[in-house]
Amino acid sequence: MPEVDRIRAIVGAMLVLAASAATAADWKLPELMQLLARNKAGKAIFVEKKYLGIIDKPIESSGELAFTAPDRLEKRTLRPNPELLILAGDSLTIDQPGKRRNTVSLQAYPEIAAFVESIRGTLAGDRTLLEKVYTLELTGSAEKWQLLLVPTQARMLSIISRIRIGGSHADVNTIDFDQADGDRSEMVITKVAAR
Amino acid sequence: MKRRSPALAIWLVALLACVLVITQTRFVADLSAFMPRAPNERQKLLLEQLRDGVIARLIMIGIEGGTAAERAALSRELALNLRATQLFVGVQNGEAIVQEHDRAYFFDNRYLLSPGVTLEQFTVEGLRRAIGNSLDALAGSTGFLLKRLLPRDPTGETLLLLERFALDSQPRSLEGAWASRDGKRALLLAQTRAAGSDLDAQSQAIATIRQVFDKIPGRNASTGLVMSGTSVFSVSSRSTIEGEVRRLAIASIVLVVCLLLAVYRSIALLALGLLPVVSGALAGIAAVSLGFGHVHGLTLGFGTTLIGEAVDYSIYYFIQHGGGANPTGFWRTIRLGVLTSIAGFAALLCSGFPGLAQLGLYSISGLVAAALVTRYVLPLLAPERIALRDLTQAGVLLDRIIDRTAHLRWLIAALLLVAGGSIVLRSGDIWNRQLSALSPISKAEQQLDLELRRDLGAPDMRYLATYTAPDEERALQEAEQVGAVLQRLVQDKIIGGFNSPAGVLPSTALQRTRLAALPDAEQARLRLDQALPGLPIKAERLQGFLSDLQATRARQPLVRADLSGTSAALLVDSLLIKRDRDYLVLLPLRATRVGPSGDAVDLRKVSAALQAKGLSQVTVIDLLEETTSLFDNYLHEALLLSGLGFLAILGLLFASLRSVSRTLRVAAPLGCAVLCVSAVLLASGTLLTILHLVGLLLVVAVGSNYALFFDSGAQTGSEADRRQTQVSLVVANLTTVGSFGLLAWSNVPVLSAIGTTVGPGTFLALAFSAILARSRTHAHSR
Repeated sequence: MPEVDRIRAIVGAMLVLAASAATAADWKLPELMQLLARNKAGKAIFVEKKYLGIIDKPIESSGELAFTAPDRLEKRTLRPNPELLILAGDSLTIDQPGKRRNTVSLQAYPEIAAFVESIRGTLAGDRTLLEKVYTLELTGSAEKWQLLLVPTQARMLSIISRIRIGGSHADVNTIDFDQADGDRSEMVITKVAAR
Repeated sequence: MKRRSPALAIWLVALLACVLVITQTRFVADLSAFMPRAPNERQKLLLEQLRDGVIARLIMIGIEGGTAAERAALSRELALNLRATQLFVGVQNGEAIVQEHDRAYFFDNRYLLSPGVTLEQFTVEGLRRAIGNSLDALAGSTGFLLKRLLPRDPTGETLLLLERFALDSQPRSLEGAWASRDGKRALLLAQTRAAGSDLDAQSQAIATIRQVFDKIPGRNASTGLVMSGTSVFSVSSRSTIEGEVRRLAIASIVLVVCLLLAVYRSIALLALGLLPVVSGALAGIAAVSLGFGHVHGLTLGFGTTLIGEAVDYSIYYFIQHGGGANPTGFWRTIRLGVLTSIAGFAALLCSGFPGLAQLGLYSISGLVAAALVTRYVLPLLAPERIALRDLTQAGVLLDRIIDRTAHLRWLIAALLLVAGGSIVLRSGDIWNRQLSALSPISKAEQQLDLELRRDLGAPDMRYLATYTAPDEERALQEAEQVGAVLQRLVQDKIIGGFNSPAGVLPSTALQRTRLAALPDAEQARLRLDQALPGLPIKAERLQGFLSDLQATRARQPLVRADLSGTSAALLVDSLLIKRDRDYLVLLPLRATRVGPSGDAVDLRKVSAALQAKGLSQVTVIDLLEETTSLFDNYLHEALLLSGLGFLAILGLLFASLRSVSRTLRVAAPLGCAVLCVSAVLLASGTLLTILHLVGLLLVVAVGSNYALFFDSGAQTGSEADRRQTQVSLVVANLTTVGSFGLLAWSNVPVLSAIGTTVGPGTFLALAFSAILARSRTHAHSR
């Protein structure tokens, strides 16, 4: 249970962090990737709902997201419990008020590293990198597209069964992930005017 | 010849006795000689712990080279094989199995271990709040972890415990094994079964680690092993010292033999000349063995220097008695020389450093024996007429050189001015205050130790709160009281954190209090039913929680044995130490690491907070400051003792020369030599240690012989006698400079400090004596 849980926790954090992309294009995978690659920085607010088997109704949390190219992601949760997650380069920092700041290295968790590289791959529009770990499937139109990522490795599949990223042009609007145990989460992202 | 039998018989019997004593002697070569005898209880206790505690039983291992995956695989293989040897209590390398044990320990025992378990927590209100908090936390990044625990631990005790145990202070993990921060080393931590002070066992453990690593099949040849830790240091310095002592002894003997052969050109005289040396060495070792119960290897190392001084007596005897001469006052001068040397070494006898005290005893008994043998045995064994190579020519040449140098007095005055001035200008920045300056551990080894220690997240043990208790239960109860105070200091940001054995093994009393706080089956169900309305979770999901509560209620409190297999066991072992009569508790404190003074802890505030709660038995210590002040004390002691030694020598000289001007003439060159050597050492960037001070004392002790002979040579005797005396002094000086000079090249700082001081110092003492001590009138009468 424990090691897997730790990975799960970090994978979860990563998934959430992924949700900060943003701006427009045409309709095939290469075009989407190119569009996404143009994002150098972005800010957004998010509302996340987690549907967990053990509880009767979804838990909602909300806060802010920020992405700075090439590799910095911040997720600042404001409600219900304040928390700050920072992914910078190889390190993931979790900061909760009243608790010790916790920094872990992604290198320590190869599965997570592969996963994070994929998210960065999405944000950076790096298809080659993504296809090392996922099979990609793009559907819909430029105005309303959906990118489906399914892990190719068994170890990843035992944690996450699929990731669905929805957007319009170069904006990422939703990130849903389905976990192998049936729990899932939905995140709705609203872009804040870019600087 | 006259009275041959008694002197010879006594000598032979004494030699035999010495040999008997030596065969029973225990020779040691650990670091204890560098550890001062601590003056107060608290320092004593700490030094003991450093030497014998768990800290001394930890070996930090790093695997370098190859790829991360290769290193991790080697780490697993090495740990597996080492665990099988039975030499180690535990070998940790961050493998999932130990983490699994840790988590299982905290999870299974959460209602005994968690500070959250109180009567209040299990009331309806308490349950509602705790479960509500856990549900809120599901939204956060640890939600994924919590989700699995929630059905059996809805009040969040496990996470609280894991947080407290600070798993994040453990090393990072790479490919499933501990790794350094830069990821370039795989790390392991081994705890030996043998005590840290059992150097033979430690040496075996270290050798085993190496062998096991070397034998791992299919190992990439570019991978290598590094190790550090107290025992690694002890073992390596022991072998360094042993190697050095052997090397120095051989080199020194070869040097002296060659020199004497060149001067004597007679094997018989050489053999005779070495008799006092051998007798002195044997007497010295036997005396130390009787006086201290064991002999330190370093003492033997200094023995080589004794060769340099003891051989002087026979040199004086042979050369000055060469050709049947019998200079008046010879034995009187030798006696005075021996007495001044003894006065110098006697200061060492009182030193707080066991190594120095041994050296003092060794030198005094060795010199006395050598002098007695020279006085009473050598004349009996030596041929009636000592057929020495004719040294007249050398004597005349030397005499001429010395006369030429007579006008160099102004140069000495200038040198003195420069040397004295340069020392004064340093305004007190003369002494090295770090204990490590004496340690034979190299900078590179210390650096490696620092890196491994940091990467392993081992507490640096600089700041400690410590106390003793009569039994384990009391020790843990007090740890809980102290912990409560420290926890408040953490909140007030006075300290950054602390480790306590009670965190993973609470006192039986506290565990019983917690057990008593758990409601019975009926109450628990009732309260949970009342607490849950309004929360998005149904009671039937929490059946595991209710049954775990009841299972815990039937349990006995945890004892130390329950910890085995977890990394918490190591924590308890190192912080709660069983001793002969009591338990010693160490609570390492961490600095806040925030702000300009974030690396330091204000111990006065910690102490005051503990006092305020009536915990005055707890001592808080800054180990760094403690060792520094310890060293300062010894430096002061050594300064005082050396001062007394110098005064004793002056007193002796005055008592026997009975003239202020003669005493000054003898003492002045010694003072000049001491000043010049100190100035040169300081100018070359060496801060002086206690050992340098001892070296300076030796310069005076040895140098006084030269000055005395120059003085007596000037006062009495024929021209020829005087020349012979001078030749004997130069030869004697060469042996001394040679044997001490060898020490200067030693890798052991203690030995090299003495060597660099005494080698040049005695040479200067001779040169200055030649220039200053020779009476002016005599030089002119020529």
